[in-house]
Amino acid sequence: MKKLIIADKEFDSRLFLGTGKFNSNEIMEKAILASGTEMVTVAMKRIELNDKEDDMLHHIVHPHIQLLPNTSGVRTAEEAVFAAQMAREAFGTNWLKLEIHPDPRYLLPDSAETLKATEELVKLGFVVLPYCQADPTLCKRLEEAGAATVMPLAAPIGTNKGLQTRDFLRIIIEQSNVPVVVDAGIGAPSHAAEAMEMGADACLVNTAIAVAGNPEEMAIAFKEAVIAGRRAYEAGLGVQSESFEASASSPLTAFLNN
Amino acid sequence: MTVIVNNKETDLTQGNTIADLAKQLELPEKGVAIALHNRMIPREKWADQTLQPNDSLVIIKAACGG
Repeated sequence: MKKLIIADKEFDSRLFLGTGKFNSNEIMEKAILASGTEMVTVAMKRIELNDKEDDMLHHIVHPHIQLLPNTSGVRTAEEAVFAAQMAREAFGTNWLKLEIHPDPRYLLPDSAETLKATEELVKLGFVVLPYCQADPTLCKRLEEAGAATVMPLAAPIGTNKGLQTRDFLRIIIEQSNVPVVVDAGIGAPSHAAEAMEMGADACLVNTAIAVAGNPEEMAIAFKEAVIAGRRAYEAGLGVQSESFEASASSPLTAFLNN
Repeated sequence: MTVIVNNKETDLTQGNTIADLAKQLELPEKGVAIALHNRMIPREKWADQTLQPNDSLVIIKAACGG
């Protein structure tokens, strides 16, 4: 399989993991390692004074893993730039998952602010991976602004609904000159495999693994699905017939009769 | 002197710099960032950045998230 390249950095794994919603940091770390991922998201929160809780960072920092801080919680481009600077300082990376979703009900990204923030953050030297609507025009604009990838949503965050935006994802994949990472809404390995078969460059999965009965096993299932989907895409899928008539795959010459 | 850390009044008992505050709060070597009046202050400038009473700081650390 071809390696995934983002901003001149090579990745063998095309599965990115989010770190929210796991029952414990230990379970999260096991799932991360089992998934084979090389890209893991991390959020930020305000410290509480005299807080002695387990530092989640210890569980995700591994030599093969690129940290991808997110800007979750910001509502505007201006807040996103501030969050990005805090993230770069705290985590020592200029990679950033830009996410601006002011509406807490649907958590849908604000396209205008996302584009504006991408333009500013690229100028400030960030490697920007924007979470965005599955809007082909917007994705081109983000690419032109210097985004390192585009990360269109399959369905609203945490819904596990699969590729609700399928047709638009196809257009985005066809048009994009930067990697397309399908983010949000992927609820089952089959969804991830479908996205990869369509030609997506990677998938970002969080809830589906974190809330699974066995997150470590589910992480392996997603790893295998992403590999299978990508391998199928590179191998070249057969054309789907428009007709209901069968097309024989075995010789029809009878061998039981003369 | 009293400063405001993450919207809470905090007594800075020794010194008057961000580095003094970080030491008092036992902040780790990595994984935190500090802003003074919504401007990020790089760690290498913590020792030089003096604080005034009622200065407002934001201190963040890593959290789980997708």
